[in-house]
Amino acid sequence: MSTDIKLDPALPPADNERSAMGRRLSGLGGNAREYGIFGALVLIVLLFQILTDGKLLKPNNVVALFQQNAYVMILAIGMVMVIVAGHIDLSVGSVVAFVGGVVAVSMRDWGLNWVVAVLIGLALGALVGAWQGYWVAYVGVPAFIVTLAGMLIFRGLALVVVSETIAGLPNSFIKIATGSVPNWLGFIGKMDVVTLVIGGLAIAAFAIAQFRARASMRKHALQVEPTGAFVAKIVGVGVAIGFLSVILSMSAGGMPIVLIICGVLIVAYSFLMGRTVFGRHIYAIGGNRPAAALSGVNTKRVDFLIFVNIGLLSGAAAIVTTARTGAALAAAGNGFELDAIAACFIGGAAVTGGIGRISGAIVGALIMGVLNMGLSILSVDPSWQQAIKGLVLLFAVAFDLINKRRAGTS
Amino acid sequence: MDTTASPDYILEMHGITKRFPGVLALSDVNLKVRRGQVHAICGENGAGKSTLMKVLSGVYPHGTYEGDIVFEGQPAEFRTTRDSEHLGIVIIHQELALSPFLSIAENIFLGNERAKRGLVNWNATNSEAAKLLERVGLSERPDTRVIDIGVGKQQLVEIAKALSKDVKLLILDEPTAALNDEDSAHLLGLISGLRDHGITSIMISHKLNEIESIADTTTVIRDGKTIETFDMHGDEPVTEERIIRGMVGRSLDQRFPDHESVIGEEVLRIENWTVHHPIDQARAVVENASINVRRGEIVGLAGLMGAGRTELAMSVFGRSYGSHISGQVFKSGQEVQLRTVHDAIRHGLAYATEDRKHYGLNLIATIQANISGVALDKVARMGVIDRNEELKVAELYRRDLNIKTPTVAVLAGKLSGGNQQKVVLSKWIYADPDVLILDEPTRGIDVGAKYEIYTIINRLADEGKAVIVISSELPELLGICDRIYALSQGRVTGEVAREDATQERLMQYMTMEKDVTSR
Repeated sequence: MSTDIKLDPALPPADNERSAMGRRLSGLGGNAREYGIFGALVLIVLLFQILTDGKLLKPNNVVALFQQNAYVMILAIGMVMVIVAGHIDLSVGSVVAFVGGVVAVSMRDWGLNWVVAVLIGLALGALVGAWQGYWVAYVGVPAFIVTLAGMLIFRGLALVVVSETIAGLPNSFIKIATGSVPNWLGFIGKMDVVTLVIGGLAIAAFAIAQFRARASMRKHALQVEPTGAFVAKIVGVGVAIGFLSVILSMSAGGMPIVLIICGVLIVAYSFLMGRTVFGRHIYAIGGNRPAAALSGVNTKRVDFLIFVNIGLLSGAAAIVTTARTGAALAAAGNGFELDAIAACFIGGAAVTGGIGRISGAIVGALIMGVLNMGLSILSVDPSWQQAIKGLVLLFAVAFDLINKRRAGTS
Repeated sequence: MDTTASPDYILEMHGITKRFPGVLALSDVNLKVRRGQVHAICGENGAGKSTLMKVLSGVYPHGTYEGDIVFEGQPAEFRTTRDSEHLGIVIIHQELALSPFLSIAENIFLGNERAKRGLVNWNATNSEAAKLLERVGLSERPDTRVIDIGVGKQQLVEIAKALSKDVKLLILDEPTAALNDEDSAHLLGLISGLRDHGITSIMISHKLNEIESIADTTTVIRDGKTIETFDMHGDEPVTEERIIRGMVGRSLDQRFPDHESVIGEEVLRIENWTVHHPIDQARAVVENASINVRRGEIVGLAGLMGAGRTELAMSVFGRSYGSHISGQVFKSGQEVQLRTVHDAIRHGLAYATEDRKHYGLNLIATIQANISGVALDKVARMGVIDRNEELKVAELYRRDLNIKTPTVAVLAGKLSGGNQQKVVLSKWIYADPDVLILDEPTRGIDVGAKYEIYTIINRLADEGKAVIVISSELPELLGICDRIYALSQGRVTGEVAREDATQERLMQYMTMEKDVTSR
């Protein structure tokens, strides 16, 4: 409390106390949505853990959960950036099929090394993104139209490339999606040591980053959060990562490679959105496009680049999807765009742009993934699964809106 | 004359008082309109004319204001605009409320369709629309889309729409502001024609020659109060000068901080600047304007609505407005090309908009992010933002400009108008420009905060910046500027030094018509 009060010499004491309270409340309000969605994920996990008699969190199921949903997480990262800027991308599913087809052809028919094939896939994805970004940013065609056209164009091209299923892909390629980090360090009981080490490193990295941020704020004589909350945050996140690592370490293979890929992407893109000038420009454009333009932001270039980026990430999703199937299919990626968009909106992105976070979209993707897995373990009919997912999306966004309206009127 | 309802008056408004949070917009306003007359209401921008008309038409429902409205001898308590329209009061707003992709006929009967059991009778719609179009003198087919006709004709469609509702009292808010001379003349002719058919009109206008030519009665509003009402056909002739005196003759209850400018060399010169409307590309909104501003100097741009001040500023600022822009910009003697906003900022220009909500701030972002919004590179290294540095900068400006907020992590949309304006100023000051163009910097701000803004403007000039202030409040310009340009209909019609400036003189320049300037 005492640290709170000395901030505001301009205001009389009565105002000061109110503002200290207001600061607490507004601080909570800013993160409430984030905590809320995280809490919802935990609740859904617990619910299905009970309903499935503990099958949901069995190590091999948890690994499968990540392997099955890696594509949604990768696409949701790109999609949330597009949505924050006030656009939409309906084409990602078709792009996944098209790029996946070319990657498969390049390995089977052209005999290229899988590393080269992966690079080709990423480059092709970026090229597709540049194509769509050009129309959106420089011609001014609404993204909805451009990517609706892209959905048809690239589905068509996928059918051309993959006239019949392309199977027999190299094992090292398939391992990207289905493999695990090798168990170099042996086992403690049933637990893979490499997985535990990776988990431990992640916890340490998180704690160090937090401490450094705190130290830097102190150095700048800025207000830091209370020590209790700070410690609770590190312990909470640490326990969560530790718990997950222990479960994963007891799975058949240990740490899945796709989880490492997703983890790196999540950290990198969170940094991009939260800490860089480019990320700030995306929020500025989505929040108020004319104001951003009048502040000197090159709105066209930003629009172009976010589409190049989602193209690149669609390429990555194509590689993961093709590797998981072990084959390229013309029908691959069907409905992926809707999964990614749903993940973003469940994760708190605003339909009107300007609001949305990578972490939210990832949690949104995991909620959809857990629902899928839990309902599958319970052998719920896939048709019903789809209907239930639709309802979850509707309720999540409605709940958010009602919450905001209440906050606005109070 | 006593205040009881008399059949001679179609409308009487008694003691209308309307408050907004922190602002008294109307204070004990009385207005009586005689049946079958054209009643002009004039006053400066922000005097309360439009607010009064919104009270009358039910935009502000009964109960949100004090006072009584008597229409046709009956007390009226309108809850919505539908209530007032039901009695025959129709308001035509300055921004036309037509649906651009619908036809003229569809627009005329929008919300009032010629229909039976939900099915539109298109023959009745089009034939009735044609009759109404003939009445307003518009020779267009009723099935023409509204977007395909000019603003002048759209104005006539609005009037046809009003006529379709059996209008008794027609309210026109600055009807000729966006029209050329020919369209204006036609419109004024139409209004007097309607008067001959018994339709009463209230016309808000600040074009004094129009008022002189058409109005039967003129009421002057100033600072939310009715000042005087003239009978335009009375024994004593009512001159433009007489009306101007009524419009500006306020007591100077606002105080301006004392300031002595130290003026240096010329920083910005604009020569022969011409800008055309972005859509109606044949219409010049700024014509051959030439202005300059020097180091440490505060220069005002005075003008009424539609004079082209904002258009001039925005077109210079990286061509953010207009089409077919021509003319030259000199920065410290060197000619510069400002093709984008980025160019303008790079050459040391800043433009703080009159419309904070739509063009100035990201309301769903924090104060901190807004303040660093223009000069983000200054708190970033290799594209990575130093958030602590950013926070420090924001805190610095919060204290320096006294932005009243618990923290800079509050969303900009939660601030009051005055504090939002300080955030806008902060972001431009942090960009460290040489020339600041401030467009209506005190609009919608209470008196106390205005004083603070003036102090900031003075300080910027003292730091050697050149400041251009666009304002609709003449006392404000007289109180803070070293030199004032007056604009009228896109032209610079006068330049007055502080010592020689009076409100009357400026108002004369500001109301100068095109043919007058050429003589």
